[in-house]
Amino acid sequence: MADVTLTERLRPYRVLLASRARAQMQYRTSFVTDILGTVGVGLAEFAEVWIIFHNVDILGGLDFTSAMLVFALSNLAFSLADMFVGHLDQLPRYIRAGQVDAFYVRPLPLLAQLMTSDLSLRRIGRLSVALVVLTVALTRADIDWSPATVALIVLTVVSGTAIFSALFTAAGGLQFFLVDGAEFTNAFTYGGSYAAQQSQQVFPDPLRIFWTFVVPTAFVAYIPAVAILDLPGDHLTPHWLAWCTPLAALLAWGIAGLCWRLGTRHYQGAGG
Amino acid sequence: MVHDVRHVPNVPLLPGAVLLGSVPLCARARPTVVKTFWLLVRAGFRRHSTYRLALLAGMTTNSVFGFIRASILLAALASAGTSIGGYDAPTAIAFVWWGQALLGTVNLWGFAEVKDRVRTGDIAVDFLRPIDPQLAYLAGDLGRAGINLIGRGLPAILLGALLFDMAPPPSAVSWAAGAVSVLLAVVVAFAGNFVINLLAFWLVEIRGITLLWMITGGLLCGLYLPVPWFPDWLRTVAHWSPFPSMLQNPIDILAGRVVGTDIASAVAVQVFWALALLGLGQLVLRAGRRRLEVQGG
Repeated sequence: MADVTLTERLRPYRVLLASRARAQMQYRTSFVTDILGTVGVGLAEFAEVWIIFHNVDILGGLDFTSAMLVFALSNLAFSLADMFVGHLDQLPRYIRAGQVDAFYVRPLPLLAQLMTSDLSLRRIGRLSVALVVLTVALTRADIDWSPATVALIVLTVVSGTAIFSALFTAAGGLQFFLVDGAEFTNAFTYGGSYAAQQSQQVFPDPLRIFWTFVVPTAFVAYIPAVAILDLPGDHLTPHWLAWCTPLAALLAWGIAGLCWRLGTRHYQGAGG
Repeated sequence: MVHDVRHVPNVPLLPGAVLLGSVPLCARARPTVVKTFWLLVRAGFRRHSTYRLALLAGMTTNSVFGFIRASILLAALASAGTSIGGYDAPTAIAFVWWGQALLGTVNLWGFAEVKDRVRTGDIAVDFLRPIDPQLAYLAGDLGRAGINLIGRGLPAILLGALLFDMAPPPSAVSWAAGAVSVLLAVVVAFAGNFVINLLAFWLVEIRGITLLWMITGGLLCGLYLPVPWFPDWLRTVAHWSPFPSMLQNPIDILAGRVVGTDIASAVAVQVFWALALLGLGQLVLRAGRRRLEVQGG
């Protein structure tokens, strides 16, 4: 009992995730259609950026290439988070159907079970659109490459994924209170993702402060991109702030943990 | 036993069946189609007004997106230094907030109810009812649209008008034509989605088609950006599709970008698509009915 290694402890999750992945690939046509669908979603989102720059040369201090970088970084982080924990969105359905109780009787933590209850491989479609745009943006942009740049990009993708995952988890915790009002949390999960794709300079200051310090999605793409591209920052985006992305992720997870704890404490079971 | 639905007598529609009914039933006049339709509209309204918290939640999310979209459009206009595609700042704001207000009213994302009923075979019950299934579902959708317009749309538009410098509809004609145009937009979106749902008669899984419809529709209806901002070729594609009739046309009338005789042509295009898609729905429904086989009974 005392000598359970980490590998052994993680084994159930590995088995679960592998089975979810296998299950999705059983119906080949469905799986391919789903992937094509998420490619479409990614392309439609990118079309929006492209159409705007068809009309203007600069938006919020960014040219098309820089806007592509912001778009790619936020989409990459969002689709990764969506793949790992996006299905927490389904929680209101589980709560209404009384299926959460079934999770409680199993010998693994609730959140870990819900997170591994699915692994939405179809999100690979949107992920690949983001990767292509990222590659194009990084080659087209005039970047002064250094180990620090590479480190910043990796750090940004990891922290960005953590930030969006935290938002999904916080939203999940709040679902225990909302149930019918599930859509409330879309305001900061999907709304946050939409805001993260933009140059933060398009927002008036109160909104910028909101997207930086309350729901920290500005850290997902815009703030690091300004540092990567060595653009002149402004009063709300000094270059050093780019390195604070992990801090923002930590804070987001702190709040997410709190929301989740409050939610699960509040939950009284489905009765019976 | 396998039972072809065509041969099930449509009981209440047969005069003989009414004569066989009990006397009090005979004495009461059979409701007209208009009356039934209106009752179904009200039922749809009540059904969707039950979830008040969901309406409030939808409104909140729509408003957050409204703030983001308004910021983007204003920044683009500021960068261009002039109006783009006929939109200046107040009309662009009106474009955004009318769009957010109508988002819940017009069923852009579609519905799965009819598809599920086709798959389970419950659609056979709909065929037995004394009102055409397409008409019945349209009535329900109009009711849903009504409560969403009041519960989600009006608060969003008020918020936009309070917090931004938003162009009001320029005249009484714009208000009236705008209202008609919104109604037509609801019908066009419903009729299109109804056809997509009916494809379940032939396909096991229509998820891919639904998704394709949602993606193209979302882009071409003018939800994210106004259609006049598109590059020429994409604008042409949009104009040949039914999607602008679902959102762009009513928004343009209400925002005052389209005025005068152009209002008539915008509404005429919507009428065309409403009739075309409803007609197509009838054809597909009939073909599906011939194809349908229901087990048992």
